[in-house]
Amino acid sequence: MSIGNIFGIAASAMNAQMVRMNSTASNMANAGTVGGSPDDAFKAKRPVFQALLHEHQLDQGSQYLGGVKIVGMVDDQAATKKMHDPGNPMADKDGFVYGSNVNEVTEMVEMMGAARSYQNNVEVVNTARELMMRTLDITKA
Amino acid sequence: MMKIFDTAFGIHEKALNLRAQRMEVISKNIANADTPGFKARDIDFKNVLNNVERAGTMQTTHAKHIGQAANAGSNMVYTVPFNTALDGNTVDISVEHAKYGKAAAEYQATLRFIEGNIAGVRKALRGE
Repeated sequence: MSIGNIFGIAASAMNAQMVRMNSTASNMANAGTVGGSPDDAFKAKRPVFQALLHEHQLDQGSQYLGGVKIVGMVDDQAATKKMHDPGNPMADKDGFVYGSNVNEVTEMVEMMGAARSYQNNVEVVNTARELMMRTLDITKA
Repeated sequence: MMKIFDTAFGIHEKALNLRAQRMEVISKNIANADTPGFKARDIDFKNVLNNVERAGTMQTTHAKHIGQAANAGSNMVYTVPFNTALDGNTVDISVEHAKYGKAAAEYQATLRFIEGNIAGVRKALRGE
């Protein structure tokens, strides 16, 4: 049932792209937050995609060979922003706070990439659905 | 007597199955357009269909024999990318999109052939 599998494969990709979009939203929302030390500062999060190529991977979520799976989230390694703000209750003993390492431009690009990839998979589903309907109509020939 | 239904669709029955499989492979490529290290694949359609035609004489002589189905398994090829991304991904999304559209059209063409065959059989049965 190959045409049927297409729905599952595209759905796994749409799910993965949606997680990517969600993490972008979370990064953007936390762009202005500060922490009391470089470790406490917010780090931009990114999902890691992996292709489901082997049978033994199937029990870990997606049921469709060839789909996409998210294997984890990684922190962006960029440096946090050190700012002097002694009035801030989060400030350390020298009066510094540490801003997030979120780069708004990168996040916008990520968001647009995720949206475009999502659309691609919607298109795949639409075509597959049309073909499935046409195949069902074969009895009317 | 049932021979007419076994042979009415000719190669198109197997071709339809293969075309659906090819669409599945391309949809996998599109799904993994952002997966690091993923290598785009495709089915060597001509080769598979040739194999099916050559092996077409195999018969099922026992109730538990499974009839031969067109299978793409061993005829998967890696596509040659125009340019590889730094993360090792070889999916050219626009190429895959074009391929998917063409594969969908080819699927419909095969479907049209089968519809024609069905209409023919129907006409013969009506005997008008």
